[in-house]
Amino acid sequence: MANNSLSVNRRSFLGHGAQGVGVYALASLLGQTQAADVEVPRWPGVLNGKLHREAKAKRVIFLTMAGGMSHLETFDNKPKLRELDGQPMPESYTKGQPIAQLQNRELLCLGGQHEFKKHGESGNELSAIWEHLGSVADDIAIVRSLKTEAINHDPAHTFMNTGTTISGRPSMGSWLTYGLGAETENLPGFVVLTSSGGGQDQPIDSRQWHSGFLPSRFQGVHFHSQGDPVLYVNNPPGIDREGQGDIVKAVQQLNQFRGAVVNDPEIATRISQYEMAFRMQASVPGLMDTSDETQATMDLYGTKGADGTFAANCLLARRLAQRGCRFIQLYHRGWDHHGNVKGASQNTAKLIDQGITALIKDLKQRDMFDDTLIVFASEFGRTPMAQGNGRDHHIKGYSIFLAGGGIKPGTTVGATDDLGYNAVDDVVTVHDLHATMLHLLGIDHERMTFQFQGRDFRLTDVHGKIVDKLLA
Amino acid sequence: MANRRILGLSFVFSVAALSLTTVSAQQVDFDRDIRPILSNNCFACHGPDENTREAELRLDDKDSVFADRDAPLIQPGKAASSELFRRISSTDENEMMPPADFRKKLTGQQIELIEKWIDQGAEWKQHWAWTAPNRPQVPKAGRNGVLNPIDNFIIRQLSDEGLTMSQPADRVTLIRRLSFDLLGLPPNAEEVAAFVNDKDPKAYQNLVKRIIAKPQYGERLAMYWLDIVRYADSNGYHADKTRQIAPYRDYVINAFNTNKPYDLFVKEQLGGDLMENATIEQQVASGFNMLLQTTDEGGAQAKEYLAKYSADRVRNTASIFLGVTLGCAECHDHKYDPFTTQDFYNFASFFADINEVGVGNAPAFPVIDGMLADQIADKTSAIADKQASLNAVSREPSDARKAWEAALAKQADTSVVAGKWQYLGPLVAASFDEAHDKSFLNEAESIDLSVGVGDKKWAEKDFPDGAVHALDQTANAAHYLQRTLTVKAASKVELKFGSDDGIRVWVNQKEVLTNKVTRGPAPDQEKITVDLKEGENSLLLKISQGGGGAGFYYAHNNSGLPADIAAILGKTERTEAERNKLSDYYRDNSDELKTQRDEIAAMQKQLEQLNNSAPKTLMTRVREPRMIRVLPRGNWMDDSGAEASPTVPGFMKPLAIEGRRANRLDLANWMVDPGNPLTSRVVVNRLWKLFFGHGLAEPLDDLGAQGTRPSHPDLLDWLAVELIESGWDIKHIVGLIVNSNTYRQSSTLTVELAGLDPYNFKYARQSQYRLEAEMIRDTALAISGLLSDKLGGSSVKPYQPAGYWKHMNFPKRTWQMSGGDDIYRRGLYTHWQRMFLHPSLLAFDAPSREECTVSRPRSNTPQQALVLLNDPTYVEAARAFAERILMHGGPDDSSKLNWAYQIALSRNVNPNEANVLLDVLAKHLNTYKQNPQAADEYLSVGRRVTPENIDKSELAAWTSISRIILNLHETITRN
Repeated sequence: MANNSLSVNRRSFLGHGAQGVGVYALASLLGQTQAADVEVPRWPGVLNGKLHREAKAKRVIFLTMAGGMSHLETFDNKPKLRELDGQPMPESYTKGQPIAQLQNRELLCLGGQHEFKKHGESGNELSAIWEHLGSVADDIAIVRSLKTEAINHDPAHTFMNTGTTISGRPSMGSWLTYGLGAETENLPGFVVLTSSGGGQDQPIDSRQWHSGFLPSRFQGVHFHSQGDPVLYVNNPPGIDREGQGDIVKAVQQLNQFRGAVVNDPEIATRISQYEMAFRMQASVPGLMDTSDETQATMDLYGTKGADGTFAANCLLARRLAQRGCRFIQLYHRGWDHHGNVKGASQNTAKLIDQGITALIKDLKQRDMFDDTLIVFASEFGRTPMAQGNGRDHHIKGYSIFLAGGGIKPGTTVGATDDLGYNAVDDVVTVHDLHATMLHLLGIDHERMTFQFQGRDFRLTDVHGKIVDKLLA
Repeated sequence: MANRRILGLSFVFSVAALSLTTVSAQQVDFDRDIRPILSNNCFACHGPDENTREAELRLDDKDSVFADRDAPLIQPGKAASSELFRRISSTDENEMMPPADFRKKLTGQQIELIEKWIDQGAEWKQHWAWTAPNRPQVPKAGRNGVLNPIDNFIIRQLSDEGLTMSQPADRVTLIRRLSFDLLGLPPNAEEVAAFVNDKDPKAYQNLVKRIIAKPQYGERLAMYWLDIVRYADSNGYHADKTRQIAPYRDYVINAFNTNKPYDLFVKEQLGGDLMENATIEQQVASGFNMLLQTTDEGGAQAKEYLAKYSADRVRNTASIFLGVTLGCAECHDHKYDPFTTQDFYNFASFFADINEVGVGNAPAFPVIDGMLADQIADKTSAIADKQASLNAVSREPSDARKAWEAALAKQADTSVVAGKWQYLGPLVAASFDEAHDKSFLNEAESIDLSVGVGDKKWAEKDFPDGAVHALDQTANAAHYLQRTLTVKAASKVELKFGSDDGIRVWVNQKEVLTNKVTRGPAPDQEKITVDLKEGENSLLLKISQGGGGAGFYYAHNNSGLPADIAAILGKTERTEAERNKLSDYYRDNSDELKTQRDEIAAMQKQLEQLNNSAPKTLMTRVREPRMIRVLPRGNWMDDSGAEASPTVPGFMKPLAIEGRRANRLDLANWMVDPGNPLTSRVVVNRLWKLFFGHGLAEPLDDLGAQGTRPSHPDLLDWLAVELIESGWDIKHIVGLIVNSNTYRQSSTLTVELAGLDPYNFKYARQSQYRLEAEMIRDTALAISGLLSDKLGGSSVKPYQPAGYWKHMNFPKRTWQMSGGDDIYRRGLYTHWQRMFLHPSLLAFDAPSREECTVSRPRSNTPQQALVLLNDPTYVEAARAFAERILMHGGPDDSSKLNWAYQIALSRNVNPNEANVLLDVLAKHLNTYKQNPQAADEYLSVGRRVTPENIDKSELAAWTSISRIILNLHETITRN
């Protein structure tokens, strides 16, 4: 009887829906509070089967170089700045501009601390701290003209992840899993991995992977290298998988009995969530256990296993991608180089270089590169002006790179001025980056919206234009 | 937030419902049917925002809509000759509205509605939420099912649609529902039995009275209020440092428990500090203004953050009390509601008097009241008495006093007389090395105290000898300290120093010590003996500072009579002031009076301890109001905008303040003025949500044009007026709601209702939904018997996975678990770290409280299953519950299961359920009998020690049963 009424209930949703799938999707979304289909616990995505355009990429691996990687030591070669090393920064650049720790200090130029070299057929120019990345220079698209709006770490990350500095908005991983769902029933669709080292570690707030006003199921799940890889995923001590299975099974049976009495559609959802939880208890350890990888693969990444390093996280990112995750975000926290930018950028790059290069090569050899969008970006860059022998935060122009699904390989887009201060050619905003990412995933950034406080919100707020020069 | 989703849906369904009854059959209501269409599709270009307005047409404004035009926009009664209708029904790409390239389109049904509205006469109505509620007539609804006027409104609307209320729920369901809704806890078995067997016709009303009088009622309502006002125990941005604010939380709990009138509640929070003779309670309440997120990030610009804080207060205060999205007008005029950008900054001006820093941590102030205040007053007066008598004794010319003076005079002859310290600094350098090494002034020449360095001048400072003194903390800076040392004859004197960080010392312009070191200051880190010449000598210190705290210590080895005392001793003729000074010195230093002094010192120490024992909390402190300007496009660096002043939004009833600047208290008074259309509706709407799962008007934080029209507008207004006329009596409104028949209905979802009203906006039944995050924890602890019933106090830290705070920094922190029963406190006392909220609370949708949250989502995720299955809180609670079952559950397994079900679910286990459970019990009993070590491990989770006299395999097996019960949907569902 309960089953009958539940299905009537579901049909009524479908029947009433002037907007067909939209209503079903909404109902089922809610229905993580109500009326979700027990047979399909996987969220199909609000755009399920109705992408706005052909998708070039199926998933995103977003590598956040947290702390603010200096563009001048990595991807943006500025001979003129080297010439002016130690000289006062021309006031025409800095007057009236927001400044962080260099407030009320004398502003002197600091030339790039590392040599640059052109690589491959594309001639993409990289600094010498990238010993490995040069070998895939023809696969990446460098953007040297990104601009952001927030000059302190915390709001700048929030802006990069949510398109606004105001708290409470969904992060891009949440938007994507909301829109597209994920191709996995055993793992979360949006996973976050973190590592640190090389320089000063800035804090990272769990707000950065929060779903904001989107339902919590779209929140990023933070995988840990210490303790339970996913919080509470391991059984309590003294009970094995069979014993735990007895408990889960009993809960499911008793919930079914209850469902027959009270006719609460939420019970069906709860049962499916317990199933997924129990599956995760097996699939997460399986994901983290890299013993099934070949030695060649381990050598490629330069890692011994899931030990919390960036290289290991790159390998896990590939494993998550293989398992159907939609949005995989890595944070490496070591890039805040207020002092000793020369040594610190080199040290930090050493922890990054082989992992990211291996990830690109590995995806290519597995035919996954073409449908995986890779973004490698900081929340902001660093000043051309010296802060002692380091650099301060800088938002007016800095560098990132993209690669993979739908991205034009072996290209450099945009430029900063002679001193690496302002982005001047093909300026790309964070909203433009988001619009482009969504475009590659088959989504019109103006059309994927969610109503909150009476307004249709979207990842790009009221901004965003697609960066055509990045498209293959 | 779930309600936002429900909002989306209800919208879909109200449209769908209209399609079932045909448009032609109904009377179109502008406010209900037409404005939402215009707002959603047209206001973006033809609405309140001047900057994006096209064709000088405002469709939110009656005057603009009906203005004289060649082609009248609206010809009442004649849609066919109305330009508006022509344009929205046109298929010509050059004519159609919304324009062909606009992302929104009107549906055929919406066009038809607008046509009908014009044909019916195009009656215009003000948006419902902008006019003050009048008490509507209570509709007639017969006697059947009516317990109070709420039911009349509900039944009337149901009967219009041919529906009736559901049967009342059974008593067990009712007491569980009331318990969860009013206390956030399940009822205990005795309370359930007493109510089920109560023959009194007023049994239910009496139960409500009993429950609403419990202290847990205040905790439950506070739980919601703390979400709304974004209460947290940390600052929010960057380092997310801990802040002291728990007394504000306790103020809220107490306010609900004592049923503080809501108007006073509003006034005390917004302007408690401004009230006449503000009590400590009112000052604590004013901590409300300090609940926002703040930063202390190095390199953050104060001006930028002050602008952020200002906007935060506008956005959130408007959401909290008024339920409107005034925050949308920060960069441009509101797109849907008549709020201008000037309104936004005018509103911000009310808060311009709050004394705060843009970058840094707000100071917390001690909360001294009640018994503690008495103790402090007693101790203070006892000290004063003692001090007075000591003063008197010290002025008597006793023999002891005379002998002391003579000895002292002798000592003065050989003593080093030190002059006052002169201080210069901090002098900023590029590095610590430079701070230490660089000569900011010529140390080799005598110091001219009238010449400073840069903008820093020499200034006299009182740094008593023999103590560590803090200096300004600027990183990479130098501090100079100079004084004279006078001796009657050339002599060797030992000087002792401490420093944070480095130190250099010159005596008579010659460097006698340098130590470039980083350290904290302590006495006697350096000792040197120097030669002083007869008469005056110059001592110059330089403290160099790398980072962190700065400070120094100085002493020299003789008894070191202060210069002024030595001088007085040298005189034969003394003024009265000098005599008193000497007496005071005698009082403070002589051996004869040491006992009395020690007594006073001990009392002072006690006083200090009393003062330190006071909890501290953020409070609002005022300053001269800052100038607030409109920030063009919200840009904090742009000072070109118009000045703003503290006034309320222009389209609303103005403040009645003249001849002075309006303040926060005036704003609060305006909010709770009976003529304010929003405040009372917002409160009753949100109270309603607590008892039905959603509001009468959704969303709960937008009563503006983009919100949906209330499902029962008259009921909402009736309750709002009832609230005001009852003297803003919250318990009265709560009592009315829970005593209504509407509330008492069964929640059973019938096939018919599932189709007609799946989200229960018509209230032909009650709803069933999951408990809130804190209540899930509280319920498990209550069932297990572990729950602590302590009310209020500092926030606590229960079990949390190690390393969860790994990614916080400045400083790095680890979670320090609370001691004793504090790990078993209710969830609302859990330390609320905004950046990394406790993961179990987070999994069940508790918000990080960065912004006002009026409605949490109610998700259902695998993470929740993992928490209930594996979080040590629940595993330990299950074990404690198992102990209770074994102790109290009776002789056999069946009776034990029944007992457990009664405790957890207030009912007996049924045979099907029992079979499932007994199977697991038997299997696990067997497992743990065979593997006692596994049982030991299983029973080791949590801090609770298992009693020795319990059979461990049995306890382990019953722990499994308890875990099953704690994981049941029924256990965490309010029905």
